[in-house]
Amino acid sequence: MTSVPVTQSAATAAEVVDGPYLQVEDLQVTFPTEDGPLTAVKGLSYSVEKGKTLGIVGESGSGKSVSSMAVMGLHDPKSAQISGSIRVGGTEVVGLSEARMRSLRGNSMAMIFQDALAALHPFYKIGAQLEEAYLVHHSGASKRDARRKAIEMLDRVGIPQPDRRVDDFPHQFSGGMRQRAMIAMGLVNDPSLLIADEPTTALDVTVQAQILDLLQDLQREFNSAVIIITHDLGVIAEMADDVLVMYAGRCVEYGTTKQILTSPEMPYTWGLLSSIPDVTASTDARLIPIPGNPPSLLNPPTGCPFHPRCVHSDKVPGDLCVTELPALTPATGPGHLKRCHIADPSAVYRTEVLPEIAPELLEETR
Amino acid sequence: MFAYVVKRLISGVLVVTLVSMAIFLLFWYGPSSPAQPICDRETSNRCGNKIEIYEKTLGYNNPVHEEYAKFVKGVFVGRTLTIASNDYECSAPCLGVSFRTKEPVKEELLSRVPATFSVAIGGAFLYLLFGIPIGVAAARRRGSVADKALVSSFLFISSIPYYLFALLTWLYLTVTFEIPLFSNTGYFSPITEGPWAWFSGLFLAWVALGIFGCTQYTRFTRGAMVEALSEDYIRTAKAKGLPSRTIVYKHGLRAALVPVVTIFGIDFGTLLAGTIFTERIFEIQGIGWWSLQAVQGMDLPVVQATAIFSAVILIISNLLVDIVYSVLDPRVRLS
Amino acid sequence: MTQDPNAEALTQPTEVGANAAETGDRRLTQEASDAYGQHEAGVEDLDFATVAEHGHTASELDPEAPAVLTVDNLKMYFPVRSTGLVRRTIGHVQAVDGISFEVPKGGSLGLVGESGCGKSTTGRLITRLYKPTGGSMMFDGHDLAKLSNREMKPLRRDVQMIFQDPYTSLNPRHTVGAIVGAPLEVHNIVPKNKVLPRVQELLEIVGLNPEHYNRYPNEFSGGQRQRIGIARALTLNPKVLVADEPVSALDVSIQAQVVNLLQDIQREFDVAFLFIAHDLAIVRHFCPEVAVMYLGKIVEIGDRETIYSRPHHPYTQALLSAVPDVKQAAVGGRRERIRLEGDVPSPINPPSGCRFRTRCQFAQEICAKVEPPLLQIGKRHKVACHFAGELGEHPATPVTTELLGVDDQGSPVPGATPTNTQLTIPGYENTWYDLRTKQTTGV
Repeated sequence: MTSVPVTQSAATAAEVVDGPYLQVEDLQVTFPTEDGPLTAVKGLSYSVEKGKTLGIVGESGSGKSVSSMAVMGLHDPKSAQISGSIRVGGTEVVGLSEARMRSLRGNSMAMIFQDALAALHPFYKIGAQLEEAYLVHHSGASKRDARRKAIEMLDRVGIPQPDRRVDDFPHQFSGGMRQRAMIAMGLVNDPSLLIADEPTTALDVTVQAQILDLLQDLQREFNSAVIIITHDLGVIAEMADDVLVMYAGRCVEYGTTKQILTSPEMPYTWGLLSSIPDVTASTDARLIPIPGNPPSLLNPPTGCPFHPRCVHSDKVPGDLCVTELPALTPATGPGHLKRCHIADPSAVYRTEVLPEIAPELLEETR
Repeated sequence: MFAYVVKRLISGVLVVTLVSMAIFLLFWYGPSSPAQPICDRETSNRCGNKIEIYEKTLGYNNPVHEEYAKFVKGVFVGRTLTIASNDYECSAPCLGVSFRTKEPVKEELLSRVPATFSVAIGGAFLYLLFGIPIGVAAARRRGSVADKALVSSFLFISSIPYYLFALLTWLYLTVTFEIPLFSNTGYFSPITEGPWAWFSGLFLAWVALGIFGCTQYTRFTRGAMVEALSEDYIRTAKAKGLPSRTIVYKHGLRAALVPVVTIFGIDFGTLLAGTIFTERIFEIQGIGWWSLQAVQGMDLPVVQATAIFSAVILIISNLLVDIVYSVLDPRVRLS
Repeated sequence: MTQDPNAEALTQPTEVGANAAETGDRRLTQEASDAYGQHEAGVEDLDFATVAEHGHTASELDPEAPAVLTVDNLKMYFPVRSTGLVRRTIGHVQAVDGISFEVPKGGSLGLVGESGCGKSTTGRLITRLYKPTGGSMMFDGHDLAKLSNREMKPLRRDVQMIFQDPYTSLNPRHTVGAIVGAPLEVHNIVPKNKVLPRVQELLEIVGLNPEHYNRYPNEFSGGQRQRIGIARALTLNPKVLVADEPVSALDVSIQAQVVNLLQDIQREFDVAFLFIAHDLAIVRHFCPEVAVMYLGKIVEIGDRETIYSRPHHPYTQALLSAVPDVKQAAVGGRRERIRLEGDVPSPINPPSGCRFRTRCQFAQEICAKVEPPLLQIGKRHKVACHFAGELGEHPATPVTTELLGVDDQGSPVPGATPTNTQLTIPGYENTWYDLRTKQTTGV
């Protein structure tokens, strides 16, 4: 199992209080299924500092949600085998007792989910759900304190007339307002780590823009470490400082947002970039899909997990891609890591991929 | 809400009217004269052409709509009924006079309601008392050996016909093992007058109903609970750091109860309308047994009264279920 | 065995054994189908140049194409009933309120807008899943809006629909062959023994293995299921396809496969698309012409270049500025954007005059009084705004006053006669109203 620390300082920063707030090392999550063990996350390492945003990109089944739920300790311990290390604010949470885990969850780390209509309980008022989240970590607080806090949070996330809307049920809110309420609930205990799992996927673009604005404002205000999980590279471009690209449970590329989205060095990332159209791109840009389907995790491909769908494996001598898993090795830029056998991927990207998918960009760089 | 209830009650009255009409017509146009059984009984099976006297006094030679109109009038203002040469006063709301006992049907119905209600309430209480907690426990241990054993053994019990199950209960507990508590079954006194007699007479009936019903409620609850626990809002509750007890009961069970309550409302209504097998096997003088006897004896007024009674009970229980549903689930609006 | 729900979800996207390549190209499919079966086999014969060659650039506009579908003043009002004993109709949801457009033969019109704007209702009206409240939909000499369901039946072959959710729109108990072949039997077009060959041909067209006709939908991945839905829609050789969010339920890498497939199909069968989507980038790629809807009305319609580069309606501008852009990564930070406050108003009681005015930064008195007409202001460009103008160049005074015979506040000018005659036609005139000169000009 290859595991490369994400940053040079990461390996030693655990003991240092002002190191990365979240540090994941060599994380592996396996579920027993009727068809055999299913390893959803393999050898994953990353870290997020306070005030920074990490974007995790990948398709369904890539392990992006599973790894974040492992951080939150949301997997059923009876059915998920988790190994490796996850340190939140210096506390190792892998193997932590349920009682201690519970005191962290929703308190120093919180998660907001994609579909707020499904993620909020339909039978309880918005206010009651916020109050519950507050009270469980503030045993000394009175009901009235909790209600005041709930109204304050709803006001903070931009819900009009919060003192009245606090007594509404989730179905009485619009989609955007529900997501705001969900964010308010996540932030009610002032967490240092916020994980947003596809926070805007179900929303309209103008509402999405409002929610992204809000998340960014709140991050500045609370100085929290944020993980944003999404398949939308546009959201990543505008929100994230660093990006982790996942494929079949592994990190396949890691770097700053600029590195990943302007000079990617892994064919899967190229595929993602070439398969989404852009509102401002040239109309001569081709839409080049990634062939095939995401692999089955029960029977993952040998060697590089992406090789069955990779259209650049002819650039690697022999059948290295089929036989050997490439290590996560440094790419051209500082801190930029990629998992690929191609000798000079940045040249391939510039000379082959870019002319097809963004001919206008090439003009500019010349 | 008020308008909804009024609307439902109006349609309920309509249903009851149709039920009473349907029974009237079925007896009227049935294969033998409705007067035949009573004539046979009164004349010690030498009815012969005396049947005409009975038909005439009971009005079976009149057009059917006239007789139905008389019946309806009796319900609202009372009437005097004549069987052979005897007159019977029947005050409003008159449901007729039993052809078998010559007693006013209304009085007998009222005297039998407490027995049936006692059986129903006790049985239904046991449904919930055991069914829901066992179902929740099974759902929490979903997939474990205990869960699988429980589900399959309960499925086995559920697949026995109820009358056989009740009969076996009675045979073994009362006859074979002669357990003192179960030695004598029946409805002996109202709870207010002799609580112990009331309790001991009904206890076996409750046990039989309760065990049989709770196997089904365990399965309902387990299914609803498994579904509720896989909802996104359960994950949210967990992410908030709530203790698992709160997650399971406050968030999970609250949602799972909605379908269970719906089924329970209908079941409870059915029980209140009379439990034929239970009352017959455990010799409880309730409405179920009475209606069975009435059908066997072609006792039209009693059949009619018990059918109307069940219709009313079912309509009310359905309405209550809908109201409870709207209280449990704020997304449901009655309209 | 206890199973984590997440594990169950992960085991879902299992693959159909020797499936065909998901590239959306038949030639490619045949070449690759053998090599592509097992993971281990790899795709050595699929190099980047080949794949890239089959990826499409954005669809181009054919300005000469005649209209295949002409929609004029289409309306759909859903009644809202009171609660209480007597359920009177107390209002209407004006889901679609007087929209007009043309879909060119073999071309694509994109319909964009946010949820609740009426775009999906429009699609359902055209496929006659709803009967419109008013207006006309001319197709092949028939007004689809007026036909009875019986009269509609022979025409249904020509207007087919592709649905959003590939998981719920296919009956799980029917085989793929039955699903794709059903329209042939319903419409009684080919003899029974010809159904299977046609089904296999269709499966091949959409890039699925034709041998898989006897499999069930759950054996296919999301992208493959959407292909099945497309094959079903193609079965009867339709002339118009209504695609309602055809890719939004799919993974990013699969979206491009399906978009390319739809482009292939359009080129090969000359089928016209009404392409309904909220993803502005996908619509831009697929549709040379785009209509923007807001609260039941078209607020702006035009060719791609105009709508995306020089939008004149404040709503279109806000919508476009809200789209997160991958290219922002090179710059860092967020894009400058026009912030829309609040939510879309209720379609039961929409704002008077211009429906967007409650959220519009340029709104003035006239906007509440007079509804702006959908005015042609360019060769292929119409906009419904009193203050239409490019971003940052919105005029200070309304541009529509002379045409409507009102003053700047929207009050009628005594004696003035409204002059414009081109407001109601579904297509484009050869002359249009020039915003700068306030004169009618033309080619």
